Amino acid sequence: MSEIEKHNYDVLVVGAGGAGLRAAIAARQAGLRVAVISKSLFGKAHTVMAEGGIAASMGNVNPRDNWQVHFRDTMRGGKFLNNWRMAELHAKEAPLRVWELETYGALFDRTKDGKISQRNFGGHEYPRLAHVGDRTGLELIRTLQQKIVSLQQDDARAINHEGADEGKMKVFAECTITELLKDDSGRISGAFGYYRETGGLVLFRAPAVILATGGIGKSFKVTSNSWEYTGDGHALALRTGSALLNMEFVQFHPTGMVWPPSVKGILVTESVRGDGGVLRNSEGKRFMFDYVPPVFRGQYAETEEEGDRWYEDPDNNKRPPELLPRDEVARAINSEVKAGRGSPHGGVFLDIASRRPADEILRRLPSMYHQFKELADVDITAEPMEVGPTCHYVMGGVEVDPDTAAATGVPGLFAAGEVAGGMHGSNRLGGNSLSDLLVFGRRAGDGAAAYVATLKGIYPAVTEGQLREAERTALTPFDVATSPEAENPYALHAELQQTMNDLVGIIRKEEEMREAIEKLESLKERTPRAGVEGGRRFNPGWHLALDLRNMLVVSLTVAKAALLRQESRGGHTRDDFPKMEPEWRAKNLICTTDGDEVIVVEQPMIPMREDLLELFDRDELAKYLTDAELPQEVQSS
Amino acid sequence: MQAGVSAPGRATIAERTLRTDRWWQAPLLTSVLLSIWVLYALVRTVSQRAYFAAPEHYLSPFTSPCVTASCPPAARDFGTWFGHFPPFIPLALITLPFLLGFRLTCYYYRRAYYRAFWQSPPACGVAEPHSKYTGETRFPLILQNLHRYFFLAAGVISLVNTWDVVQAFRPEGHTFGFGLGTLIMLVNVVLLWMYTVSCHSCRHIVGGRLRNFSRHPLRYKAWTVVSKLNAKHMQLAWVTLLTLMLTDAYIALVSSGAISDPRFYN
Amino acid sequence: MSYDAQFRVWRGDDEGGDLVDYTVEVNEGEVVLDIIHRLQATQAGDLAVRWNCKAGKCGSCSAEINGRPRLMCMTRMSTFAENETITVTPLRAFPVMKDLVTDVSFNYKKAQQVPAFAPPPGLEPGEYRLAQIDVERPQEFRKCIECFLCQDVCHVVRDHEENKESFSGPRFLMRIAELDMHPLDALDRQHTAQEEHGLGMCNITKCCTEVCPEHIKITDNALIPLKERVVDRKYDPVVWLGNKIRRRPS
Repeated sequence: MSEIEKHNYDVLVVGAGGAGLRAAIAARQAGLRVAVISKSLFGKAHTVMAEGGIAASMGNVNPRDNWQVHFRDTMRGGKFLNNWRMAELHAKEAPLRVWELETYGALFDRTKDGKISQRNFGGHEYPRLAHVGDRTGLELIRTLQQKIVSLQQDDARAINHEGADEGKMKVFAECTITELLKDDSGRISGAFGYYRETGGLVLFRAPAVILATGGIGKSFKVTSNSWEYTGDGHALALRTGSALLNMEFVQFHPTGMVWPPSVKGILVTESVRGDGGVLRNSEGKRFMFDYVPPVFRGQYAETEEEGDRWYEDPDNNKRPPELLPRDEVARAINSEVKAGRGSPHGGVFLDIASRRPADEILRRLPSMYHQFKELADVDITAEPMEVGPTCHYVMGGVEVDPDTAAATGVPGLFAAGEVAGGMHGSNRLGGNSLSDLLVFGRRAGDGAAAYVATLKGIYPAVTEGQLREAERTALTPFDVATSPEAENPYALHAELQQTMNDLVGIIRKEEEMREAIEKLESLKERTPRAGVEGGRRFNPGWHLALDLRNMLVVSLTVAKAALLRQESRGGHTRDDFPKMEPEWRAKNLICTTDGDEVIVVEQPMIPMREDLLELFDRDELAKYLTDAELPQEVQSS
Repeated sequence: MQAGVSAPGRATIAERTLRTDRWWQAPLLTSVLLSIWVLYALVRTVSQRAYFAAPEHYLSPFTSPCVTASCPPAARDFGTWFGHFPPFIPLALITLPFLLGFRLTCYYYRRAYYRAFWQSPPACGVAEPHSKYTGETRFPLILQNLHRYFFLAAGVISLVNTWDVVQAFRPEGHTFGFGLGTLIMLVNVVLLWMYTVSCHSCRHIVGGRLRNFSRHPLRYKAWTVVSKLNAKHMQLAWVTLLTLMLTDAYIALVSSGAISDPRFYN
Repeated sequence: MSYDAQFRVWRGDDEGGDLVDYTVEVNEGEVVLDIIHRLQATQAGDLAVRWNCKAGKCGSCSAEINGRPRLMCMTRMSTFAENETITVTPLRAFPVMKDLVTDVSFNYKKAQQVPAFAPPPGLEPGEYRLAQIDVERPQEFRKCIECFLCQDVCHVVRDHEENKESFSGPRFLMRIAELDMHPLDALDRQHTAQEEHGLGMCNITKCCTEVCPEHIKITDNALIPLKERVVDRKYDPVVWLGNKIRRRPS
């Protein structure tokens, strides 16, 4: 038994991306002592990869924009499967959260009259994305990081110290949580983990844990996600007895790099299309005009001329179909490549060089320019990019209460950001992620603070037995290393990624998914035998062996939920059930675990509030809802 | 170097640098070129010969303005401020300290000679040979902060040099005329102006010190122009060294009669 | 298109270590980080390396490649000859933890010492009005991905451990410049830049600019302008006098 470092906090935030940091700020501002767990260094979170912007209906560029329009766009983008209350809160609060960032020191690009500039993006009716060039995520993370430091400086000032005080809020960098702990009554009592740098084990006693761990993309081979995205929060929630919602919905971003192989999957921001870039196949055709689905017909341009006019005069023209929601564009690219009209390296062409002057491209898309120049030796001001779909985001996640972000079934557990489910329905709009982080990050911080207040200082306890159990699990990969049956964690990971990519990818079939589940079950048998060489100090093999456990259970929820949902909607496309079915819209799929077993059940959706339903006209609602769900008076008219 | 890259706790690597390129080339070249120039300037200013070609009215920038009784009367465009200088005091004493001061405190030259002569550092990622380092926090290096005054002086001297070019368009016995030397002087003075205006202190004074450009549109415009030039400050620093030397050498050759100045007009 | 490359990777920890030779496969289009990952997966499962985005956006995979501070994910293998031995070491200005991973906590401590943005009193969220030309200068510095390559290469601390106390390094002097150029920041930062963060230690030898993967002109646009601003306040009697006589709003 080794020495275990112990800490006591009021709130533990697992994850130091946008949602985690915003939650920590809220909880600290509520007067609580907060620990933030960061799997990598502070400020490196995956949020920095977000390029396009933060969606918020401030109406700075087009004054017709308001929260109702944003709400409508979000619901349409998610094909009405969204948790409507979350979508409502999100649309209403996003502007406040963006303005707040300015008071923390963020510097967004400006309009001529000095307001925050907003850009066009797929699925958003008006220019809505507050942005900083194409590095908005970096600005967001840095701003929140600096706000955390600012609060630490306030804490120091309060006790007449210089600099920053970490006593009331501390970031634990390069630390991974392996287990959440509960007391006898089922309430959260703390979390157990290890420092990546030293291999030292650590216990955080805290009555409230906010999961803000992001997504699951590292289970797929072609992904825009970094190594951190191993579904830790999803898996922790399952193991703690909470539930995941609609895990079958995985967003494949339509434009990832396809060449060279080592960067396959790295994101090419949607802003390229928002700023005038178009998609062409090997015949030079702008194929997206052939892929406007019935539900969006009439909302998008039908000729190239009209689409081109829209950039200058959006009020009198319809937007080009390159700006359809991501799921549509990704599927279209997939079809073009399958039909043999792809680019040399198996993607399609994304062309901005022939459409905008070089200096404008450089100004608006500087990091894209550098990314292609330095990684692929392609000059995007002179030649088209090659792009193809890449696993980008999981819409599914922990089932939460919209107002407080409290996770289902486990008092003291909260979730915000990508790890939480519901907000984006079956497909997320670009730009809605950063705003989601801010809106629900803050709500989770406030929710946790309110929960902690109800405990009146009497916190659930952690037992020695729980500690020893967690320690044993964490150190297993060292124990099995010497066994003759030991497996290489890197090889297991590669197999998992290949399975998910090939069998539960962008287009799904029943027999393939069955095969995937079979493979995943066998990987589940082998994963406990993943052994590692070397010691505990910064040992990536060990880290991966532990992460694998999470990736596997999450992959199983994705595959099993995908098998169950017999329709195509948003980020879930079934070759054998190509249509969207209103009956399925009324159902959420809830995943839980019983021991090692993943269980998926259907659960009816709560009907949308009437005043929200009235924001849509009947014709549109009828495309998504069953007759029984349509509002009474509208139905009779 | 005990306290540097081999300080306790850091990765134990014996080499001072693991760079495989010829990192020593740039500092070597810099020190050779600067040394040649300084040597040339020293010889020319101490020798006090052939700095003025009277018929063409070419005055070497090293000796301008010529305002002592020792100067040839025709060269005294700004009058006679001082009596005869003893021969061991160069005529250039009046301006050279300011010109040298401007270049010595210039943000580019500082980088060049700190790297080339003081080896602090000789190149990026190559350990420097000093055991202590205090930067520009103490005397005498704290005087580098006076760069802006040298900039102002350099501006005045550039005006003088400009007047010298105007005079070079007025050769003896004519109201207008010019030769190859005039053009060389013209090119030199244009580049000198560009070097002077591209100075970091200048950039600061014209607009860099403002917090809000939007309230000072003219100064913002000036700042953007200076900023563009400033990006070329290093190149201008080297080019003007060369043109200064060439201009002086050309005038010396003409003045000493070694060559005759090709005249294009009068 | 693949070939076998010779790599020398520093392996060890704070108690010592050495350069270890590896022969490893390289394929077309790969970067140094790919090769390090291949080593991990095939020859050295416990080889420690920090990385995240693999697209030059997060600044995690900083190391020294053939003696030059670089991001491993942005160093293409095609920039080396096939027969060249490629040496990869951890950053040499910071304490090593294991293999290519160093303890960069120095930087986080320095970050905590820079007073945060001070919002102007009386301006509510949503009321901020800023001109694009005014935000552009500080925006350049906010491109910083905190890879700390500039902190690593800066000889002030790289070659003089004892200066770490009094010198914040290019990254955080640039942060001060950023705040000093923020159109709405309400704090005086010019005195502390010199007095507390060691701006005077900088001898503008520009290595920070040379290694910056974001191509930020750290020296020309942040450090020198900050030095000039400090001169305004501390060393320029004319400006001092002018400020005494009339308070300028600028």
